[in-house]
Amino acid sequence: MIRIKCPFCGERDHSEFTYGGDGSIKYPELDASIKEWVQAIFFRENICGMQVETWHHSSGCRMWLKVERDTLTHEIKSVEAAHDGLAKLLRRKQ
Amino acid sequence: MTAKRLNKGGQIDRSKKLNFYWDNKNFQGYQNDTLASALLANNQTIIGRSFKYHRPRGIMSAGVEESGALVTIGKGKYRDPNVRATSQELYEGITAYGQNAFPNVRYDLGFINSMFSSFLSAGFYYKTFMGIPPFEWGRGTKIWMFYEYFIRKAAGMGSASRKPDPDKYEHAHDFCDVLVVGSGPAGIESALEAAQNDLDVILVEQDFQLGGDLLNQEGFIEKELIEKLHQAGVKVMLRTTAFGLYDNSVAGLLERVEDNYEESFKETPRQRFWTIRSKQTILATGAIERHIAFGNNDVPGIMTANAAKSYLNRFAVLPGKNVIISTNNDSVYDTAIALLKSGADVQVIDSRSEIDKHISKIFLQNGGTFQLNSAPFKAKGARHINKVQLASLKDNTWSVQGKENCDLLLLSGGWSPVLHLLSHRKIKAEWNNENACFLPGKHDEPITVVGSAAGVWDNNNCIESGKAGGLKVSKLLGKKNQNFSFPVPGGWKKALKPIYEIKCKNQKTKSFIDFQHDVTTSDIRLAHQEGFISVEHLKRYTTLGMANDQGKIGNIIGIALMAELLNKKIQEVGTTTFRPPYTPISIGSLAGRNVGDHFRPLRKSPLHDWNLNQGAVMIEAGLWQRPWYFPKEKETISEAYVREAETTRKSVGICDVTSLGKIFIQGPDATELLNRIYTNPFAKLPIGKARYGIMLRDDGLVMDDGTSWRLSENDYFMTTSTTQAAKVMAWLEELLQIRWSDLKVHLTSVSEQWCGISVAGPKSRETISTCLENPEIIDNENLPFMGVVETKLITNIPCRIARISFSGEMAFEIYVPSEFGEPMMEIIWKKAKSLNGCLYGLEALGALRIEKGHVTGAELDGRVTIDDAGLGKMASTKKSYIGSAMRKRGVLNDNNREKLVGIFPKDKNTTFDAGAIICELENIKGYGIGRITSVTHSPELGHWIGLGFVSGGYEKWKNKTTIASDPIRNKNVEVEIVSPHMIDPEGGRMHG
Repeated sequence: MIRIKCPFCGERDHSEFTYGGDGSIKYPELDASIKEWVQAIFFRENICGMQVETWHHSSGCRMWLKVERDTLTHEIKSVEAAHDGLAKLLRRKQ
Repeated sequence: MTAKRLNKGGQIDRSKKLNFYWDNKNFQGYQNDTLASALLANNQTIIGRSFKYHRPRGIMSAGVEESGALVTIGKGKYRDPNVRATSQELYEGITAYGQNAFPNVRYDLGFINSMFSSFLSAGFYYKTFMGIPPFEWGRGTKIWMFYEYFIRKAAGMGSASRKPDPDKYEHAHDFCDVLVVGSGPAGIESALEAAQNDLDVILVEQDFQLGGDLLNQEGFIEKELIEKLHQAGVKVMLRTTAFGLYDNSVAGLLERVEDNYEESFKETPRQRFWTIRSKQTILATGAIERHIAFGNNDVPGIMTANAAKSYLNRFAVLPGKNVIISTNNDSVYDTAIALLKSGADVQVIDSRSEIDKHISKIFLQNGGTFQLNSAPFKAKGARHINKVQLASLKDNTWSVQGKENCDLLLLSGGWSPVLHLLSHRKIKAEWNNENACFLPGKHDEPITVVGSAAGVWDNNNCIESGKAGGLKVSKLLGKKNQNFSFPVPGGWKKALKPIYEIKCKNQKTKSFIDFQHDVTTSDIRLAHQEGFISVEHLKRYTTLGMANDQGKIGNIIGIALMAELLNKKIQEVGTTTFRPPYTPISIGSLAGRNVGDHFRPLRKSPLHDWNLNQGAVMIEAGLWQRPWYFPKEKETISEAYVREAETTRKSVGICDVTSLGKIFIQGPDATELLNRIYTNPFAKLPIGKARYGIMLRDDGLVMDDGTSWRLSENDYFMTTSTTQAAKVMAWLEELLQIRWSDLKVHLTSVSEQWCGISVAGPKSRETISTCLENPEIIDNENLPFMGVVETKLITNIPCRIARISFSGEMAFEIYVPSEFGEPMMEIIWKKAKSLNGCLYGLEALGALRIEKGHVTGAELDGRVTIDDAGLGKMASTKKSYIGSAMRKRGVLNDNNREKLVGIFPKDKNTTFDAGAIICELENIKGYGIGRITSVTHSPELGHWIGLGFVSGGYEKWKNKTTIASDPIRNKNVEVEIVSPHMIDPEGGRMHG
């Protein structure tokens, strides 16, 4: 069982969250080419080790989070807001 | 056997006599007895029958590793099979039954199986019943399935009740700094040390009494221990098994709250399933004494030496008068002396060539006798042991010796630390030659193993080990920085001599390893001979360790034999992986309260009760309860929905649409957001107008459809389909937070806050207008098709009305704050009724939309593009939106893709089924050319119609006869492909 330290709510059980997916993807502009979109949507690294992923605190504050998790041990290295502006703000506050 | 209860000593409470029933016969025991100790005290010896051969089995242990005394507890709906009598607490009125036997465990006709036992070796059933050679050789599974039914009847243990479980179960959670598993000397010391260092400690004990091995020691007083732990602030959980360890220091616990009572109580659950989150776990899980494999080693009257000690010292039952103890280590001599002191004759046969002088001196002083270099070769006695044939060791080979009389044979083949919980964390056990056991391997989990679970045998060393464990976690958690050192494993005065099986040359024996599954040493040899060289394969082939004790007693012997056969070291052979649960747990406890109505959440519209009062029959739509149809007297569902649809088209119909997802979208960039997520343009949607929109996924396929109403410059009210509501909300949040963090938009889910109805039909405007404070506001000029107004119903009910049609008729969606749901319905329904209108449910809604060719979840199933759904015109070419690039991928624009079509039966009196495959007339096979997604009876057209998808679409197949093939119902119906817009294709009615 994974425990995730939501920056807005505190440490919570993973059952409150919904797994999103790969958090490292840079989504192309809407008018980008099919090729760029295909790369962004269908191609994923199958990482054994630390991976950046998105989690949605769906039964909590409804915020999307960026979580660094070890896919082998479930160790969580860092959690921050997926919203870059909010993440920056929270980092400054610390 | 001549077991008897002693007059003094033990943990039992002689002032509390308990009645119990064993196979319907009344017996007495005492408070703090287990069922096994009470049976033993009453001299009951045959408690079970074995799985395959139906051999009589007695009590073999005094703990959860029990393999012989498995019984069924309770009757009727309370029947609980395969309960270990050795860990079942005795209570007043407990009823226990022998199982896997006919007529009873003492005289079992199934015993005939054991006459054929030489045939019933590992893999026998599979080899034989795959086909009788040579006639049916290779016919395979069909033959097997036939025989399997009978085999399953003959084999197996107790059977579960088929009635619904009458008990309640509960889930609970707790947190602590340190979780200590096991309350023996080591566990207690750890818990006390940690608690004294200001740590929050939970101590878990599977037994109903605290103390672990202390309970088996003379003079132990449980009350004092409880007091001590209480004072130190340790939370003690009795009757609670830590059955599994999981990621991030999470432990799964099962608390047996009322398994020690006959009745269940209103206030408490039968069992409680705990999830404990700790920072550090200390395992003081102890060790289990091993048996030794020799001939007929399963005869009742053979048990582990430690079990006898437990029965004697804890339960005050002298289990035998004339006792032989076979050992390969020092641990039995305490037991032997205790037995001697209680008046038994004891002979120890030690397989070692010498024993410690001090030990032998005390033993002899107490009147015991011993033989060195000896071991049991074969037990004699059909229903109970009466003799043992011995073997003696010379030059590393065993040879048969004489027989000795006895009524109890105790065994100690060494000790196996309980490492199951470590195995759950994938921590490999390492073989220790000196102690002939697996010890905890290296790991970096927050787990500390102490006491005999770490291979420390001496009582004082166990306490020291526990203290070190407590100090270690205190240090790790930053509470006390004191040095500590763990005692090294071991502690025998004279080394243990590894011994697993006693085998003499040219002598055949039936030597059991796994008593529950009747796995013998010859099965292991057979498996090896047939090429099973991995322990995992060995386990599955012979079923060694797959019974409900999960190999607690037999696994090591099996592995040792395997190693010997392979000429390998035990470490190289390794163990199988133990998985949770450590001991069996009930399915009910896993389900907890999530049963019956609580299986999943139930969503009701504010009109739920009102609809029921109007006679609605409900149907589940996702988590929602929605009105399905409103039958008038004796109407069937078909009659009802056809009437409802017909009435709606002729006059007016009202439908509860509250379950649609509703999202309030606000902010200066709200328009921009909608313009990016919908395929059609939203940038210029005027205030006071709604628009139907389609959302695509990133990959260009359709995600959901719905409407968005512009209420003001920066405020939109979005509706989504019922089933996709949560998904759309999460999706919009993802987009705004992750991808488009620069957009200033706020989302609020308002699905619960607004109650909605659809009023449809030619008389819909008349119905509503008379209910409005300002009737003109919904005139055609003021509220044209797709117009939106905010206004008030009479009696001052605030509402939003949009002229939106899903049915194809002139229709309005009215939303009011949820608390006004029923008042609104009262007003509008009163008027509609006077116009001969009706209420309609989901079934009629379906009929109306299918007639119009409107798609819903049945069509938008995640495989469909906007073009496939016939909505290609709604895909803007002038802007970019989610999916706009990807929908142009080559494969998605293939002309042969399946496209939305309408379907008519050729013979207008016939019907066809949703889910049928559409095939060409002379070519009914495979995937066909398409599929049918929705079917209804159209009152308007007077026959059955359907929607579906056909390769190439309507243009390609019009005027051709095709077949709706339903291989499951074995039905082929001739159908023709028509335009999906089956009535009013121009939309005159809804615009009019």
